[in-house]
Amino acid sequence: MKAEAVAGFEEVSYEEKRRLFEEIKSDLRFPDYLYGCYECGICVAVCPSARFYDFSPRRIAQAAAREDVELVYQQMQEDIWECSQCFSCLRCPRGNNPGGIITIMREVAVNHGLASAKEALEGYSRIIYKIMSTGTQVSPDMLQPDAFPDWGPEVADVSNQLALWRRALPPETLHTTSTGWDVSERTLIELYLIWLETGALDMIRDVDEGLHMILEEVMEERLEEEGIER
Amino acid sequence: MPIPVEVMLKKKERFERDPDTVPADFHDELFRLEAEGELVVQRVPDGVPVVEVPTKYGRPKLVPKGHLWHHKSCGQCGHIPGYSTSIFWVMRKLGYDYEDPRDQTSCTAWNYYASATSNEAAQAAVALRNFATAYESGYFPLIHCGTSYGHYKEVRAELLRHPELRAEVRRVMDKLGKPVVLPEEIVHYSEWFYAMRDEIAAHQVRDFSGIAVTVHPACHYYKLVEGDAIYDPDVYGGQRTAVVTALAEALGAEVRSYSTWFDCCGFGFRHILVQRDFTRSFATIRKIEVMKEEADPDVVLTHDTGCVTTLDKSQFAAQAHGRNVGVAVMSEAQFAALAMGAHPYKVCQLHWHSADYRPLLEKMGIDWEQAWAEFEADVARLERGEKEFLSWEDVDA
Repeated sequence: MKAEAVAGFEEVSYEEKRRLFEEIKSDLRFPDYLYGCYECGICVAVCPSARFYDFSPRRIAQAAAREDVELVYQQMQEDIWECSQCFSCLRCPRGNNPGGIITIMREVAVNHGLASAKEALEGYSRIIYKIMSTGTQVSPDMLQPDAFPDWGPEVADVSNQLALWRRALPPETLHTTSTGWDVSERTLIELYLIWLETGALDMIRDVDEGLHMILEEVMEERLEEEGIER
Repeated sequence: MPIPVEVMLKKKERFERDPDTVPADFHDELFRLEAEGELVVQRVPDGVPVVEVPTKYGRPKLVPKGHLWHHKSCGQCGHIPGYSTSIFWVMRKLGYDYEDPRDQTSCTAWNYYASATSNEAAQAAVALRNFATAYESGYFPLIHCGTSYGHYKEVRAELLRHPELRAEVRRVMDKLGKPVVLPEEIVHYSEWFYAMRDEIAAHQVRDFSGIAVTVHPACHYYKLVEGDAIYDPDVYGGQRTAVVTALAEALGAEVRSYSTWFDCCGFGFRHILVQRDFTRSFATIRKIEVMKEEADPDVVLTHDTGCVTTLDKSQFAAQAHGRNVGVAVMSEAQFAALAMGAHPYKVCQLHWHSADYRPLLEKMGIDWEQAWAEFEADVARLERGEKEFLSWEDVDA
């Protein structure tokens, strides 16, 4: 069930919807992802999300091709987060990439703090924090039974024995518990520079202000310690 | 009634690729940009033996046997550590050198495909930082994760096509003091296992002739920038990627087909973390149950982080609902390691898996109870402080 703000998403002016669409269209990848649509339905037939949600990669490609800014806005609020990003839709005989168009639409939705982006990323903050601050994503210590109760009793076994079982791993880089592997300090500083220089960190300002503040502080403090000026 | 998969496959074997749809070889643009001084191309180091493998449109691809820089996977290292460990173990057993770097980051694409909290410049810079680090080490990159592999191919295509993206990323790389480098081939670990399958089979010590296997080919391996993926005319008539299947066959296992092989596993990137009702349903209804009904495998083999996770972890809840699930899931790296005599717990780390793998081990002739006792004895040594860590020598003792 979608949150009210998404299900009955905020109405904005046509001009605002047009601006959002133009942002999608101006992404340098957009022309590589859309060549028109035969309406053959192959993308829908191979799409996992289409089997379980009211979702259609064909509608995404068609709305973008027709520049139907009203429908594109609706899709940004209602549809894009259902996509599995498996890219099965690349079987399109026309060479379209509906999954790629969705990646761009999602970026624009995040950039503008759309309600759908806020909802989709609810409960996701710790993952973003982990990947941006440590350079690895799902760390061993995130494998907790309360977070993954549906994964069976082995999750609790791993969690209970974590430090010991990590020390039993023969590769020397894998003895860590809070990161997937041992990432060097210098590497983290380089990663922080990438997030800051490319504007990737600023993308989350509107969807999660608190997380943005924490990450900015972590990164800038670390760069300052190293005497790196931006 | 089960779908007559074999009949369908025979018909498909007559299919030939349309020569007009063959995509351009990315190497042309890569080497042109290198000649113009825009980027550095890392080649397989001199003296390292290579295997030439066939790809989807017939272009040969070079897979170096050794001197590899292991671009690890955050999901594999984080919660399927026997996956990474088995890759290293097999490489060590075959006598090939490698680098297991600390100056590597994740490709960060799991997060990108899940949350879109990044952009193409950041993603390209993360990729190029890792490639530059591999280049500086002198080792050639080998990518463990299917998503990293697919994403890096996407990044390469974007960089080769868009000068403005190259300019932006070059500015960032200059700040890092690193060169703009792309390797001459982006190589996935499953391609190394495909290329090395005969050497692996020559070191086989366990008989797998009674083992039935189904293969789930990973979407980000062969659907994203499809031209690089390995297709072999002798495997599925060249109509599906040959990695995993060719290795399983080389090890004497029986590979059984099923009708939903093209479907994804249901991982979904964000779904596996925050919307798992979709993931569990898809993995059960479209993959595991279909495999069980049509092929009844002893084990599901796949070659990507997300697929092992999804197909393995989704079965527990489905079992509680009385669904037709209950089959071991692992990477073909773990399968190959077991064939070569690896310890199921000390090397393959099967205790991190959820679906019951014990019947499979029994079929392989492995006494899992004794093996578990051996692992626990080693862990007890760590607990008593006799050792801080287990070493490669310990796990083969």
